[in-house]
Amino acid sequence: MQKKFNSFEEMLKRLQEISEELESDEVGLDNSLKLYEEGIKLSKACAKKLEEAEVKITELKKSLES
Amino acid sequence: MKEDILSQILSVSEITNQIRQQLEINFQQISIEGEISNFKPHVSGHWYFTLKDSGAQISCTMWKGLNNYVFFKPQDGMKIIANGRITIYPQRGNYQLDVKSMKIAGEGELQAAFERLKKKLYEEGLFEENHKKEIPQFSSRIGIVTAKDGAAFQDMISIASRRYPLVELVIRPARVQGEGAAEDIVSGIQELNKTDVDLIIIGRGGGSLEDLWAFNEEIVAREIFKSKIPIISAVGHEIDYTISDFVADKRSPTPSAAMEIATPNTEDLLYQLTELQNEFQNILQNKLDGSRDVLNKVLNSYGYRMPQNIIKNKMQYLDNIWYRLESSVFHEFEKKKNKIEVLSNIIDSNNMVKIQKKGYAIIKQNNSLVTKAAELRKEKHFLIKFYDDEIGIN
Repeated sequence: MQKKFNSFEEMLKRLQEISEELESDEVGLDNSLKLYEEGIKLSKACAKKLEEAEVKITELKKSLES
Repeated sequence: MKEDILSQILSVSEITNQIRQQLEINFQQISIEGEISNFKPHVSGHWYFTLKDSGAQISCTMWKGLNNYVFFKPQDGMKIIANGRITIYPQRGNYQLDVKSMKIAGEGELQAAFERLKKKLYEEGLFEENHKKEIPQFSSRIGIVTAKDGAAFQDMISIASRRYPLVELVIRPARVQGEGAAEDIVSGIQELNKTDVDLIIIGRGGGSLEDLWAFNEEIVAREIFKSKIPIISAVGHEIDYTISDFVADKRSPTPSAAMEIATPNTEDLLYQLTELQNEFQNILQNKLDGSRDVLNKVLNSYGYRMPQNIIKNKMQYLDNIWYRLESSVFHEFEKKKNKIEVLSNIIDSNNMVKIQKKGYAIIKQNNSLVTKAAELRKEKHFLIKFYDDEIGIN
């Protein structure tokens, strides 16, 4: 189940959630393994995103009324 | 000539109207520098005063809606630059300056005006902490109101590229000094408020107090206060404080520093990501170890060992029984069997004696019975067994 994230912040948020879920005693071993896998994948995706990004610059045109 | 003039007799209203048209068309937008005198704020909210220099004076009015935007309280003797148009007040035969905006002329005046506005806005509560919005940690889009070709913008781009290249910078080019700068900054903030930027940085590089003045204008301050999106004010150098710095959600000493406040550091993030991966690994390892311990504990528990013990006990019991069977019943059986053998031998031998007594004898050669005459080797030793004794032949 690959989730789509809109922003880097959402990815980090999910990583934080995974960390919390993993640490909880209520999550069984099977789920822990799944969470672990998701966490590692996601953190690598985050790092890749950061390393490959380039600042985007857009210009907001002055509105004509002003 | 005389007649011409006479035939052109005008009423006072007519001539006033003509003068009015002439003046109003020619002086639609002018700036006048002068000293304020006779300043009278009317209860209606309008202002009436005179601007003068050593040789002349001109009456001025400033209407309520407009003088809202004057951040300083005009005082007699203050030198200002008034912007507006010439109008005629026919009832009194006066011409006057209808002031649209005014600003202070001269540095000392600026400083005093700055202090007055600061005090006024402070008293209104515009600087209070509880109005300040939090600066987001991970902005996807950052709006910037500044000069597009200024050094400040270039600095911000390079900081963003180094620290957080995931960000999108949305520049809203604006005049940052001189006439109309404050208004342009105000519209910039308004326009960016209609976009989905997470944060706005307004600012410019260093300059004189006058250069930075747009950021000390009340309209800018009020717009910053109104903005729904958090604003960082980044004007000039470390030592420069502007009104926008006080109203903004965050003051930054320089435009570069503003971008540092606005973005997380990629290096830190990468480090955190590695830490997180280690953490995941450790947690999972601990869980696996924990589960293994639990499993071992269970397997070694008395309860789990019970069945094995029971089986072992039964096996031992079985072995015992077998041993006892062997040693008692089986042994007994062997004993009985031997006894039977002894007895049957006795019985057999008893039979033989009976037969021999009737007159039979047994011939034995080489320890075996000789039952046929042909088998007997007469020349060799043999035995004749009677019931009472035996006789050896040869």
